[in-house]
This record gives sequence, structure tokens and C-alpha cells, in this order.
Amino acid sequence: MGENGLLIIGSSQAGVQLAVSSRALGYAAPVTLLGDENHRPYQRPPLSKDFLQDKITKESLIFRSQEFWDEHRITVVKGERVDKIDVTPDGTGTAWSASGRAFPFDRLALTVGARARRLEVPGADLDGVLYLRNADDALDLKARTPGAGRVVVIGGGFIGIEAAASLHSLGKRVTLLEFADRLVARAVGAETSRFILDHHRRAGIDIRLGSAVDEIVGHDGKVRAVRVGGEEIAADIVLVGVGVIPNTELAEAMGLRCDDGIVVDRHAVASDGTTLAVGDCANLPNPVPGSPAGGRVRFESVNHAIEHAKVAAHALVGRQEEYAGIPWFWSNQGDLKLQIAGLSSGYDRSVVRSPADPLKHSVLYYRGDRLIAADCVNVPLDFMAVKQALSRGVSLPPDAVADPGAPLKSLLAEATAPDEGNPSS
Amino acid sequence: MPKITFAAADGDTRTIEANIGDSVMETAVRNGIGGIVAECGGSLSCATCHVIVDEHDFASLPPMEEMEDEMLWGTAVDRAGTSRLSCQIRVTEGMDLGVTLPETQV
Ligand SMILES: Cc1cc2nc3c(=O)[nH]c(=O)nc-3n(C[C@H](O)[C@H](O)[C@H](O)COP(=O)(O)OP(=O)(O)OC[C@H]3O[C@@H](n4cnc5c(N)ncnc54)[C@H](O)[C@@H]3O)c2cc1C
Ligand code: FES
Repeated sequence: MGENGLLIIGSSQAGVQLAVSSRALGYAAPVTLLGDENHRPYQRPPLSKDFLQDKITKESLIFRSQEFWDEHRITVVKGERVDKIDVTPDGTGTAWSASGRAFPFDRLALTVGARARRLEVPGADLDGVLYLRNADDALDLKARTPGAGRVVVIGGGFIGIEAAASLHSLGKRVTLLEFADRLVARAVGAETSRFILDHHRRAGIDIRLGSAVDEIVGHDGKVRAVRVGGEEIAADIVLVGVGVIPNTELAEAMGLRCDDGIVVDRHAVASDGTTLAVGDCANLPNPVPGSPAGGRVRFESVNHAIEHAKVAAHALVGRQEEYAGIPWFWSNQGDLKLQIAGLSSGYDRSVVRSPADPLKHSVLYYRGDRLIAADCVNVPLDFMAVKQALSRGVSLPPDAVADPGAPLKSLLAEATAPDEGNPSS
Repeated sequence: MPKITFAAADGDTRTIEANIGDSVMETAVRNGIGGIVAECGGSLSCATCHVIVDEHDFASLPPMEEMEDEMLWGTAVDRAGTSRLSCQIRVTEGMDLGVTLPETQV
């Protein structure tokens, strides 16, 4: 092992976890955790939730104390953007930042994440058209909210909805425009989209589906309205949340294979056989047990960034660990706490459990007889039970789960894993 | 300063000076207490910040809400009588809290 050690480019969820896990696994060489943002490594999820609502301070977004980094001999570098990487066939090399600094490495990890997709309509460059991917975006949005009465959110994905709910709770008049015919179509089933839609409409957010934005209308270089069809919706701020694009430019320049993310194998190793790529920027073989063979996925979640980084840390120390665990996700939207266990894409049957409480909702998804996922709103008991069932590889009988009075935990206790055999039969 | 003592499942203990207003989870994670994972960063969504509060300290804490109670049914190590999710415990003036960490969080 040389003396330059591991260089991690991107110091967010995945990079932080990789640094921490590599030390936990006994990696002894130097570790440099480098990022282009001018902040200590911080977590993003609160940016659209508690942080936007002024419920927590910037300090509570910070992942680790400086003492922690010092104690673990992890060098954290802020505000350096890498724009060039020279690498030799044995995987060692040097990364160069835009300011001209050189960062030599023995092993390289790309945890460069993703960036907000830009809106491409006339007026998209007006002052007051905002995005929400990082802390600077959030600080800008927060600085502008006191003076803004009307907000138009473009995009009904998680970030758009969370931000809409947060801004609404701050007393803003919020309109949310979604191009598709339902909300968060990429991540939840139709029943859950409907539940979320109904709830936020009742709460007072004006949500319009099937709305294609034609133009952002300005005055003196500043946003004034959003034009949809023939209508102009007045806006002091326009917040765009139309998805993200993985940051693959560095990897492409290195000649690594990229296809909706940096293509990696089961051990988070890129196509050169040495560079690690982890988190939102990586495209990996679908790790979910029982998923169709040969499929590939790119996740955008905290859970994935953490689990994937652990896999990469094993690869770093020469251990072949495969991805374990069931993907899960959460999204807090005003009064709704949505938790998703597993991946519902490709389901052929859904079973809705309808608790009497109008603020609660849960749906379980099946492929054939196999339980593959659940969306749970304000029902952590269901979420936890499904997550456990999925990690144990057991199904819960669809007919039994339809009864909202039947606790999933008891059904889980009765269920038997396919490979555990069934002693009673 | 308020103090929190974390006892690992193997008996190793560490006492940390905590900041008022932080959660017990934040205190642990920022200082690298390994037995707390806190995947969701305190959003009450993951139940990987489970702690078992010392018997005599338990009653002094504000009671938990329903959501936390429900989440506690899904912890990796089954909940005990004085289990809490540490992201929901705020550090207060004069606090001197003892907690034990479960063997695993995931
Ligand atoms: C507002 C918001 C809310 C979210 N809410 C949730 C939630 O509730 N639940 C959930 O599971 N997930 C949520 N997510 C998603 C989650 O935050 C991401 O999946 C996670 O941050 C991915 O981590 P990452 O480290 O892979 O990438 P990123 O977090 O994107 O980090 C990549 C880092 O690399 C830096 N970088 C990129 N290129 C370079 C370069 N050339 N040189 C130096 N540095 C570079 C970037 O600036 C960035 O700091 C949310 C995301 C956002 C933005
Ligand atoms: S940190 Fe996730 S529930 Fe406490």
C-alpha cells in the first residue's frame, strides 16, 4: 500500500460513509474526503423538511464533529472541485482541482452524487427560479421565503412535494404543477399517489396534474408568473424539482463505462477494475433479493448511499461483500410520514390496508405470491413488519394482510421463510 | 455540561459532554459512538438509533409519542421495558443520562 491512500471525491452521504466504514474495517492508509461545497459534510434530507421550516439549525445537519475526523485520521477538504484525474493502469493517480491543487491517491472513489435537472423552458434563467439539491440552494430559498407570498413548485416528486408542504406550513400560497397524471409516479403505486394527492389538496396546496409548463414569465429579470396552457399563475418564487442527473463527467473522462450513472459491479467497482463508485452516481446490478436477473438500478436514497458505501469499503480492504439489506426510503411531507420498504416496480398485485384513520394508509405489493414492497403512511408498524419480512425472505399472505385489523407483526410471526422449511407440513 | 454515558453491548462505556438542545442520537453520532447507526438522521423513520435507558433515568424523560412507540416494535434487537429511540431524546440542562446500546441496530 502506498502512502497516498484513498481519495474520496464527493463528501456527502456516500463519501462520509465510505470514509467511516473503511476505517471501521481496518483500512490504515490515509483517507482524504474531498468535496466542492463550502460546508462541512452535511445531510440533505432535512433541506426540504425541518431545515426549510426553520425547525432545526444548520449545525444539526453536520454529520460528524471535527474531533471525530481527527481521531480517525480522515482529512476533510472543503471547497475544492476536481476537474481532472490522471490515473495509471494500477489504479493510482492524481486528481486536480480547479484551483490547481493536486491530490495524489493509491485508490480512488467517486461519490460525486447527482445534480438537479434544469428546467428547459423560456424564462428558466430568471431570478427567483430555484432548485433544491444542496445547502446553498436551501439557504438561498430560505433567504427568499420571507418576502415571497406565492410559490409555484414545478415537479411532483418527493422533493417538490416535501418543499411544497414545508412552504405551505410557513403560510405561503403554494401551487404544485406535475406533468404526469399522478404524483411520485416513479416511486409509489397509484393508490399511494392518490392518497398523497388528496391529503395535500385538503391541506390547501393547489396541485395540478397533467400540467406542462410553457414559460416562466418575468418582469425586470425577476420571476412574476408561470404560464401553463393559457393560464398565468402568479409566483414570487418558482421552485423546480424535476429530478436529478448523475454526475458522470469525471468518470467518462477517465474512460469508465457510464450508463445512467457510473456502471459498477456487485462490489461497487467500476469498469477499470479499481475505481470505486458509490451512491447516487452509481449504476449497479439490482441487489434486491428475488429481483429479475440482469436488471440494473440507480438509487437516490440515504439508505442506498450507506449500504453501497459499506460494500465499497469491503472491496477496498480486499473483502468481497455483497450488498445486503432491503432498500428503503422515507419522505416527510407535512403531516404525512411516508416510509417505503423494498421496490414496488414490476408488481402485479397490490393490497391496500385501509385503517379507519384518514391520515393513515398502507399498501403491500406482490409479484406473483412474493411480497416485494410496501408504501406506508403514518403506519410505522406496517413498514417495520414488511421490512423484516423482506429481509427474512418471507411473504405475508395477501388475503390476510387486507384486513387492517390484523397486525402484520403477527402475520410475520406465523410466516415461514421459503428456505426455512415448514415444520408443520 | 450535560453528560451522557453510553454503554456498549460488550460493556465498554464512554461518557460524553453533550450540548443542550441536541438529541442523544446526534451526540452519539457526531462523536463516533459505533453502536448507533441513525440511518435517517433523526427523522424517526429508521429505528437504528435504539438505546435502552438506565432504569432510574427513564422516568425523568418526557414520555414518548405514539410514532416512536410504534417504531420501537421494529428494532433489530427486541425492545426492552426502557427502550427509546435516541433521536427523540433531547439533551436538557443538567442531564446526566445513562444508556445501553443494543448488540446491533440493523
Ligand atoms: C432536498 C433533498 C431531500 C432528500 N430527502 C431524502 C429523504 O427523505 N430520504 C432519503 O432516503 N433520501 C433523501 N434525499 C436523497 C439523498 O440525500 C441522496 O440520495 C444522498 O445525498 C446521496 O448521497 P451521495 O453521497 O451519493 O450524493 P450527493 O449527496 O449528491 O453528494 C455528492 C457530493 O459530491 C460533490 N461533488 C460532485 N462532483 C464533484 C467534484 N468534481 N469535485 C468535488 N466534489 C464533487 C457534490 O457537490 C456533493 O457534495 C434527499 C435529497 C435532497 C436533495
Ligand atoms: S435516527 Fe432514525 S429513527 Fe432515530
